[in-house]
Amino acid sequence: MRKNWFLSASAFICGLLFGLGLLMAGMANPAKVLGFLDIAGLWDPSLALVMVGGIVVAFIAFTISKKMPQSLLQTKFNWPDATAITRPLLIGSTLFGLGWGLVGLCPGPALVLAGSGAIEGLIFVVFMLIGFRLADVVQARLS
Amino acid sequence: MIDWMHFTPQSALSGGLIIGFATALLWLLNGRIAGISGIAAAALTSVGAERQWRLAFVLGLVLSSWVWLMLAPLPEVVVTSNYQLLALAGLLVGFGARLGSGCTSGHGICGLSRLSGRSLVATVTFMTVAMGTVFVVRHVV
Repeated sequence: MRKNWFLSASAFICGLLFGLGLLMAGMANPAKVLGFLDIAGLWDPSLALVMVGGIVVAFIAFTISKKMPQSLLQTKFNWPDATAITRPLLIGSTLFGLGWGLVGLCPGPALVLAGSGAIEGLIFVVFMLIGFRLADVVQARLS
Repeated sequence: MIDWMHFTPQSALSGGLIIGFATALLWLLNGRIAGISGIAAAALTSVGAERQWRLAFVLGLVLSSWVWLMLAPLPEVVVTSNYQLLALAGLLVGFGARLGSGCTSGHGICGLSRLSGRSLVATVTFMTVAMGTVFVVRHVV
């Protein structure tokens, strides 16, 4: 019980930090995201730096963890084990890219925006949650 | 052509480092991948302790703008899409990210930094489609 409490407290702090990072980076501003995706127009390369910053720090953490027997809060490291390039991966990523390109919102920034009370964020998140459920239903049918 | 007027290298890089730090913490402390779509989707369907930490993470994300507001005014947010388009895009993003096992965070940040080929394919796919979509919407239609 106590351990679960620590895990949740740590997850809460991580979610909070993640959201602050998104806000700082400009990811929560759809206009900025679309400016990055618009490579044929006036291109704003800022978000490439968000990726670079995020990947460098995460890479260090993943590398360090390979020498650790378990996580600092004594859980096992949940390494993703899927490696196959499957049809759901490609179709899903394509549909995700389409939705992302249409309005400039992906799941993290959408949750931050919805949390701020912005009606645009709330609408997006409600339909995103429906999308999650639909995908689970489709996945269950397929397998 | 590069949009130097809107290019914000410092805040973008700092924001990215904070995102990376949050990702690193969740991995080193909890042993979990900071993939937002996976965490948010399973926060609704899993039970017990598996659900508890995910709800806590999503709560942190949702409350982040309020914590930001205690320190500074919120950065500019410009949404030009109408409600119908937001709903359609939300549905596509939710369905696609879940079917494709991840989004910008799970594949883009975590997957690429783990050097996962599968995540690289996913990231190149959604980046290309998103850029193609913006191209069509802004320059073709």
